[in-house]
Amino acid sequence: MASITLDNVGKVYPGGTRAVGGVSIDIADGEFIVLVGPSGCGKSTLLRMIAGLESISEGTVRIGDRAVNDIEPADRDIAMVFQNYALYPHMSVRQNLAYGLKNRRTPKAEIDRRVAEAAEILQIGPFLDRKPRALSGGQRQRVAMGRAIVREPAAFLFDEPLSNLDAKLRVTMRLEIKELQRRLRTTSIYVTHDQLEAMTLADRLVVLNGGRIEQIGTPLEVYRKPASTFVAGFIGSPAMNLIPARAVPQLPGSAHAGIIGIRPEDLTIAPDGPIAMDVLAVEELGAQRLVHGQTGGERLTVTMPSDAPLSDSLRLAFRPGSLHLFQAEGGRRIE
Amino acid sequence: MKRTIFRNQLLPWLLLAPQLAITFIFFLWPAAQAIRQSFLRQDAFGISTQFVGLSNFKALWNSPEYLNSLQVTAVFAVLVTVLSMGFSLLLAVAVDRTIRSSSLYTTLLVWPYAVAPAVAGILWWFIFNPTIGIMPYVLDVVGYDWNHISSKTDALALVVIASAWKQISYNFLFFVAGLQSIPASLREAAAIDGAGPVRRFFDITLPLLSPTTFFLLVVNIVYAMFDTFAVIDATTEGGPAQATNILVYKVYFDGFVGQNMGSSAAQSVVLMGIVILLTVIQFRYVEKKVAY
Repeated sequence: MASITLDNVGKVYPGGTRAVGGVSIDIADGEFIVLVGPSGCGKSTLLRMIAGLESISEGTVRIGDRAVNDIEPADRDIAMVFQNYALYPHMSVRQNLAYGLKNRRTPKAEIDRRVAEAAEILQIGPFLDRKPRALSGGQRQRVAMGRAIVREPAAFLFDEPLSNLDAKLRVTMRLEIKELQRRLRTTSIYVTHDQLEAMTLADRLVVLNGGRIEQIGTPLEVYRKPASTFVAGFIGSPAMNLIPARAVPQLPGSAHAGIIGIRPEDLTIAPDGPIAMDVLAVEELGAQRLVHGQTGGERLTVTMPSDAPLSDSLRLAFRPGSLHLFQAEGGRRIE
Repeated sequence: MKRTIFRNQLLPWLLLAPQLAITFIFFLWPAAQAIRQSFLRQDAFGISTQFVGLSNFKALWNSPEYLNSLQVTAVFAVLVTVLSMGFSLLLAVAVDRTIRSSSLYTTLLVWPYAVAPAVAGILWWFIFNPTIGIMPYVLDVVGYDWNHISSKTDALALVVIASAWKQISYNFLFFVAGLQSIPASLREAAAIDGAGPVRRFFDITLPLLSPTTFFLLVVNIVYAMFDTFAVIDATTEGGPAQATNILVYKVYFDGFVGQNMGSSAAQSVVLMGIVILLTVIQFRYVEKKVAY
């Protein structure tokens, strides 16, 4: 159990390519942090720097109260779950779980106890003597987590652990990871590009873009008050409508904001509403429907109940207080 | 698989004919000749031929020279295989660890494979030539008197080095490919699991490389036993005192130099048996992916 502190951490590859810059995060003991961003945003590089698989070119990483910049991965007291699970294919599940402990010269009885305990928690007891190739994707995922659990490390690092699973299993495993972390209370850093996974798992989200932090906050903070147009467009599904203020001069705040953001779910049909939309396409989701259209030449998406009346042109009102204003230059939020 | 139905009965045979002809003329017919001849004995002038049953084989079994050749072949094959595989694995691991210009190293290290066996033999024969070679000079400095013309050990060492050197490129390529097919995340996981570089190599890399290793093992044994003829012929010609007279070379020497066709044929039949055995092992076990 430990806190993790990143102080102005950066990564510059030989040749001068910068992958990460100026990242500072304080992670409390037992906290579940999710690093989220589009591919190439530096989130995996950041995680690998914490793990010790990439050298840290700038700043300091502390695990507990110890700077780990020059400490080998093995000695950082962390465990990592890889995207492709990275199970040793020639070892049985039991050997996979025990390998890290054996290398640390843990007594045999203690290894057996911890393996049995992890197998119990993850319900992989029946597979202990199988090879990884005889397991399904979900079971492999569990073994990979088991390998992290048995070590009883200061922190878990997850590198997109669910992206190789099918959609249904992903939802189940997501919940399992969340419950497991609640139960073990181990500090966890989780990397994903899936904003839904990020929202559901995180105590706090770190939204990354182009190697820099866009925003840190609880899922609801990030959802309700996105710090930039990037965050606004990335978090939330369907994505927030970001409309140049000059296209909607009738909306409050459009005089001093460059871009106005409205979430699709904050728009409703109202005969006297301020926004006129020409409907272009409709997507039925069952409980809801997404209506895509145009206003003032700009794209607009609205979420509405599936029984709402439809016509070629609609008038829309927004929920009071639901407008997000952003600067034209740089897209930062205006309060 | 797609099945093509020919309406004309003759056409499929015509299409197969070139391949069948080559197989028959260059493989099946000589093999059959060798088997037939292994049961025959010719008189010294090649006028009369007599059926002698298994006596050519019995003679081999009772010939100290042949048994010696068997032993030399075994030692030679083991040494060549171990030396070339060990060395190429070392090089492959080194290249695998290199991030920059690894393709340059790979390209350069493949060159020896393009050298013909006879040329490789001559090359090493010059390097180790007792009068003009560089190595005897160097060895002389450390107090070793190299002479592969008179010393059995030196002669064997020379042909082993020349043969192993030529095979390193081939093994190296397969080892590099094998190493690159092992996901980096496995080694990273092992690093986090507290295994140092040496331990990672023996616990993770080597077991995962075992299909490649086994394949190369069979290929190298076959190479050492059959494809090194030119190396021997260009350097030691089986000498001194039979010390480098491996089975293939003896087949050639007894048959074409000694003109003892019956014995030579019997020897090739034995070799044929060995090839068949190695091929069976190859297909049986390599297909099954050793270890995992």
